[in-house]
Amino acid sequence: MPFFSKKNYSTIKVRKREMPDGLWLKCPGCSEIVFKQELEANNQVCPKCGYHFQMPRRDRIALLTEPGSFKEMDEELVSVDTLGFTGTASYTSKLAENKKKTGYNDAITIGTGLMAELPVCLGVMDFSFLGASMGAVVGEKVTRLIEHGTANGLPVVVVCASGGARMYEGMFSLMQMAKTSGALARHAAAGLAYIPVLTHPTTAGVMASFATLGDVIVAEPEALIGFAGPRVIKETTQQDLPEGFQRSEFLLKHGLIDVVVKRGELKDTLVNLLRFMQKKVA
Amino acid sequence: MPVYTLPFEKPIVELEKKLKELQTFSETQKIDVSTEIEAMQQRIEETKREIYKGLTPWQKVQVARHPLRPYTRDYIELMTTNYEELHGDRIHRDDRAIIGGFAEIDGHRVVIMGTQKGRDTKSNLECNFGCAYPEGYRKALRLMKLAAKFRLPVVTLIDTPGAYPGIESEERHIAEAIAVNLREMFTFPVPIIPTIIGEGGSGGALGIGVGDHVMVLEYAYYSVISPEGCAAILWKNRSFADKAAEALKLTSPDLLAAGLADEIVPEPVGGAHNDREKMAATLKACIVKNLVRLGKLDPDTLMAKRYDKFRALGPYTTAAAGPSAA
Repeated sequence: MPFFSKKNYSTIKVRKREMPDGLWLKCPGCSEIVFKQELEANNQVCPKCGYHFQMPRRDRIALLTEPGSFKEMDEELVSVDTLGFTGTASYTSKLAENKKKTGYNDAITIGTGLMAELPVCLGVMDFSFLGASMGAVVGEKVTRLIEHGTANGLPVVVVCASGGARMYEGMFSLMQMAKTSGALARHAAAGLAYIPVLTHPTTAGVMASFATLGDVIVAEPEALIGFAGPRVIKETTQQDLPEGFQRSEFLLKHGLIDVVVKRGELKDTLVNLLRFMQKKVA
Repeated sequence: MPVYTLPFEKPIVELEKKLKELQTFSETQKIDVSTEIEAMQQRIEETKREIYKGLTPWQKVQVARHPLRPYTRDYIELMTTNYEELHGDRIHRDDRAIIGGFAEIDGHRVVIMGTQKGRDTKSNLECNFGCAYPEGYRKALRLMKLAAKFRLPVVTLIDTPGAYPGIESEERHIAEAIAVNLREMFTFPVPIIPTIIGEGGSGGALGIGVGDHVMVLEYAYYSVISPEGCAAILWKNRSFADKAAEALKLTSPDLLAAGLADEIVPEPVGGAHNDREKMAATLKACIVKNLVRLGKLDPDTLMAKRYDKFRALGPYTTAAAGPSAA
């Protein structure tokens, strides 16, 4: 085999946001060396350039809810390999590997908690679990969260991140788009608020369902947000993509989302929004 | 009509060639070979039946993409009367990848719509190869709202590789256009009958695919991703599309078994492209049967059943116990 061999497929280059081991790491935004502890104290935002690293769900829940108020729901739900999918690796082994890596059963954590004085239903997606792809468990948990909100008159906030549908679950993953959207139809009919928070990256099936159905849509700075991936668009259209294409600020400029909020101000913004979006008592 | 042969259809084409030779021979030589001709015709039918009985999932995908397969406009012409096409999303433009309007089908007034593919370069450019932009989905929504207002059932015909992945699509928020359709389709108090007539390409198909009775043509497919796309990601090579097609469980029997489709509409021997009239008549009968059945339900029951139907989709289990839903 030659020392350097060209593989006959193309790979998508994603800016790596994982955390290397050690005390220090290089910021993908400004290439500066950042002290890990300093990053943690700053909500995983680079103190030098404001680059938003992906935030672990525990930290996200702590950021958005009052201490001790969050009660997790349905954490025991786990995905099943109905199709018996085997590509280069089987779905079962992928699931096991990701469970071990993250310590969670799937790509979303849901529950109820207090955001300032406001009781809310909160969902937090986690890109580190199979790219936060949406399979039956993600769809079911989002749906249960919304239904819980509808039944109890509570607003729903979902911190979104997703690479799209979970291919390993075939058509069942596609149907989660319909399922979650249907739940939001009932939630909206009940006059209750729903706010998705789009974080890096939120794409495809999640974007074409609950991520874009908010009464108000909030995004973190510079998050990649879109339906189709940039590589697919480039290959299909043979066009150069515009500067800043599919980033939060691009969506804001085109009128597709309401507000881009830095992580440090996210909770205050959500609380302020939700205070205006209370269910009218007849 | 141009000839287009799928690789596995070659034996049929060979036999048809022989049949033609026989016919010319009989005409030019004035010799009666009618028994031979009849035998040959029978052999062709049998060969077709045999070949189509044993199609692999990947071959079915190819049939679903057959360029001579009837498209939405063909079905509208063959199944309905008094069709009045309506245009535009009232915001941006008229997307030709989704067409629709008022029509009568066996005396039932409906709103019918579907994704439209083209047969040649000109028509394909016009309808963007059946890949709709956001305005296509917004036009579909507009028509569905019209149907809800005048209490007309909705019939949707789906045949698309997917929603268009382009710069303008993103700028006009394709994801939101599809998502809003998914949400709103749960709120219309009229029967909605979607049918996958060819390609059911992911979110682009589902965008007009939520309904009370989902039908799929025998050789149509419905998938979360194209077999080629899936192969590229999971096998790192597009040439594994046949394997991916098998793994994705995208054929009509798979969909029916999983509860993802409610009914398979049988195709004529040799596929829909072999006999458009017969195909349209079969589909029409299925649609009418369900229009009558669903028309008897009161709107609240109809919408509750629609919700429950999609609510139940997607198997999972609990960490401690066995499977809890299918």
